[in-house]
Amino acid sequence: MEPVKTTLPAYPEKATLEGRNKVIGFWLFLGGEVVLFGSLFATFIALRQAFHTGPTGEELFDLRLIALATGILLTSSMTSVMAIVGMHRNDVKSLRTWMSVTIFLGLCFLGLEIYEFTHYTSMGHKMSSSPFGSAFYTLVGTHGAHVIGGVIWMILLVARLPKTGLTVVTAPKFYLASLYWHFVDLIWVFVFTVVYLMGKVG
Amino acid sequence: MYLLAGGFFFLLGGLEALLIRIQLMYPDLDIFVGGTFNQLLTMHGTTMIFFAAMPIIFALLNAIVPLQIGARDVAFPFINALGLWLFFLGGVILNASWFLGAGAPEAGWTAYAPLSTPAFSHMGVDFYVLGLQVAGIGTWLGGINFLVTIINMRAPGLTFMRLPMFTWTAFVTSALVLFAFPAITVNLILLMFDRLFGGAFFNADMGGNVVIWQHLFWIFGHPEVYILILPAFGIVSDVISTFSKKRLFGHSAMVFATVLIGFLGFMVWAHHMFTVGMGPIANSLFALATMLIAVPTGIKIFNWLFTMWGGQVRINTASLWSIGFIPTFLIGGMTGVMLGVAPADFQYQDTYFVIAHFHYTIVGGMVFGLFSGMYYWWPKMFGKMLNEKLGKWNFWTFFIGFNLTFFPQHFLGLMGMPRRVFTFLPNAGLEMGNFVSTIGAFGMTLSILIFLLNIVITNRSEQTVPADPWDGRTLEWTIPSPAPEYNFAQTPLVRGLDALWVEKMEGNGQISYAEPLGRIHMPSPSVLPFLMAIGLTFAAFGFIYHTWFVAATGLIFTFVLMSIRSVKDDPGYYIEVEDIDEGVKV
Ligand code: HEM
Ligand SMILES: [Cu+2]
Repeated sequence: MEPVKTTLPAYPEKATLEGRNKVIGFWLFLGGEVVLFGSLFATFIALRQAFHTGPTGEELFDLRLIALATGILLTSSMTSVMAIVGMHRNDVKSLRTWMSVTIFLGLCFLGLEIYEFTHYTSMGHKMSSSPFGSAFYTLVGTHGAHVIGGVIWMILLVARLPKTGLTVVTAPKFYLASLYWHFVDLIWVFVFTVVYLMGKVG
Repeated sequence: MYLLAGGFFFLLGGLEALLIRIQLMYPDLDIFVGGTFNQLLTMHGTTMIFFAAMPIIFALLNAIVPLQIGARDVAFPFINALGLWLFFLGGVILNASWFLGAGAPEAGWTAYAPLSTPAFSHMGVDFYVLGLQVAGIGTWLGGINFLVTIINMRAPGLTFMRLPMFTWTAFVTSALVLFAFPAITVNLILLMFDRLFGGAFFNADMGGNVVIWQHLFWIFGHPEVYILILPAFGIVSDVISTFSKKRLFGHSAMVFATVLIGFLGFMVWAHHMFTVGMGPIANSLFALATMLIAVPTGIKIFNWLFTMWGGQVRINTASLWSIGFIPTFLIGGMTGVMLGVAPADFQYQDTYFVIAHFHYTIVGGMVFGLFSGMYYWWPKMFGKMLNEKLGKWNFWTFFIGFNLTFFPQHFLGLMGMPRRVFTFLPNAGLEMGNFVSTIGAFGMTLSILIFLLNIVITNRSEQTVPADPWDGRTLEWTIPSPAPEYNFAQTPLVRGLDALWVEKMEGNGQISYAEPLGRIHMPSPSVLPFLMAIGLTFAAFGFIYHTWFVAATGLIFTFVLMSIRSVKDDPGYYIEVEDIDEGVKV
């Protein structure tokens, strides 16, 4: 067996004051994001039946596609956990591999979402076609923008990893990126329920 | 920086207020009518709340909170700079509307939909939407920064229950910022989509819902007024206890009251919407919750009085502002309870009674508190004492002018003068009140001029100030005035509430340290925050003028800078031991 390198402390992301500041700051950041999405969900719920002359959710949504997207995103949450487990073992290779898998899954999800949106607009479901349309694109689009942000962030970190190595400075960044990714996935679970399931059923 | 920019916007907002009052001095005047009056009104409210009050509070938080907790800096200096530039450029965007486009926003500082939708307003509202959005992000980042600073960077021994009141209120205020600002962010996004991309959120013809704007606005807006007033509570607490030579009466009750006010501040937003038609149950619940706020507020007022009771109260400008704060804020609080009576609110809503109420709280409360804090901490921030004689003139002209301006407005409101109208008819019994009110506004203007004069004179003088000019009680008075850039040469060790006072009473009058003197790590300055803010400003103008190319370039520019920041680490630099001024013997 390979000997474990012991250059890093056990929880490198919390080893320095800067690291601890970042972790707490990031949790607070996510607290604010909860309010942001909460407001968007409330708006969506208030307007979800306001179809005007545009198509309804029931006509639009294809639950198989959405289930696939959900599966992809949830799996990517798990792979990002694997990455952090690797990091805690000080295993740079495992960190890089699992992060790359996470990025790949994130890209797949985005591909599906782009396909979905273009498909909907071709069916006459636009931002301007009804309050439901406005609320749908704002809520789901905001989530999608968060996914894009997360993917770009992870790509940057992984691309720089060979150069920077894993240190008490870079460890908090990976840790936070993974935390962020979980958050984005969690929000998706609500999107799935409130937008798609409720849209299809009632 | 915050102080300078905030002060500048305060003068702008004040000028707008003066013009409003001049228009209302006599009946049937026609200096600023119709659209122009609406623009002045909107810009006055928006500027005062977002670009004067907030930044001046942030200035004090920035300068004083790290000092009170024995920290070298805030947790994220980079984000601090970014927040500052975002706020400032947001203000620039908003005010650019006077010169570009079709004039300033005109839909009121609350920008109620549908008034603010394209059907009923011109381009000015776009400046409002994007200016506030940019500034709001900056403020929100600032809130996170202060929270982390207070949670993570307190000196050893400084438990939460030993925090000075100002830091406590800073903490709760920052928490309110953290949770309140995302609501306005979303609201502005919705309005922006309606205005720019044909969204239908507020389009009632298509089944949109304008009440969403009101809910989201006040979910943000009511906590916002507590964001403004809580730091003033903190200042008054610290100032009164220092100048009464007594520890604050009921310190832990004050902490509890602060947290409770913060919490209730979130639960009562709909008292601004009693007349929307939410139904009797919702109205009753919100009325009840609103009145509950009077309880912790009352506790605070009694605790201040008990602190002064039997203390050796020293009267100077700083303590005058704090003492003057108590009755004026009390009046504002009482009219607030009157407004909280839901059925009565049907009578008061949209009259001058409301104007009188919130100016008694915001001006009679927050502005008095800020002035008190300014006189109190000026030596620590700038190394000079503001002139006392001018200070007293400053106080009395403001105190009298303020009451002349806003006290008659209670009666104007009860006599039925509606708010946001640009004139009134003669012989309706409204002349006297309006005339007095305008005279009072001139009084306050005079007072502000005296304050500016005071700053200039103080700045010119050669005096130096000791570390502890007021016989202070808390950590900020243990380091030289003005505070060095690293604040504390050595991290202090705290042994009780009012750390310095404990040492004065039980020790040798000097704070002891938690670490040996060593070299100090500092972050290096960076232009990135400024450039990032510029990028977003560009994007904002792109959106306002529907030039998507500019908008996209600005956004991409900012994102590239963010990426650079996230992969590059700031090694910072060190201040060596020989360059550290070893602090002072008190
Ligand atoms: C310098 C002294 C001030 C004077 C003479 C003044 C005067 C006025 C007047 C005449 C109005 C318009 C009332 C109406 O018809 O709706 C007004 C509104 C307002 N003022 Fe002031 N004001 C002053 C200071 C402040 C300060 C310091 C703040 C906040 C920190 C403030 C916040 C507001 C707000 C939020 C509104 C409501 C605007 C709206 O409803 O659209 N004012 N003020
Ligand atoms: Cu309120």
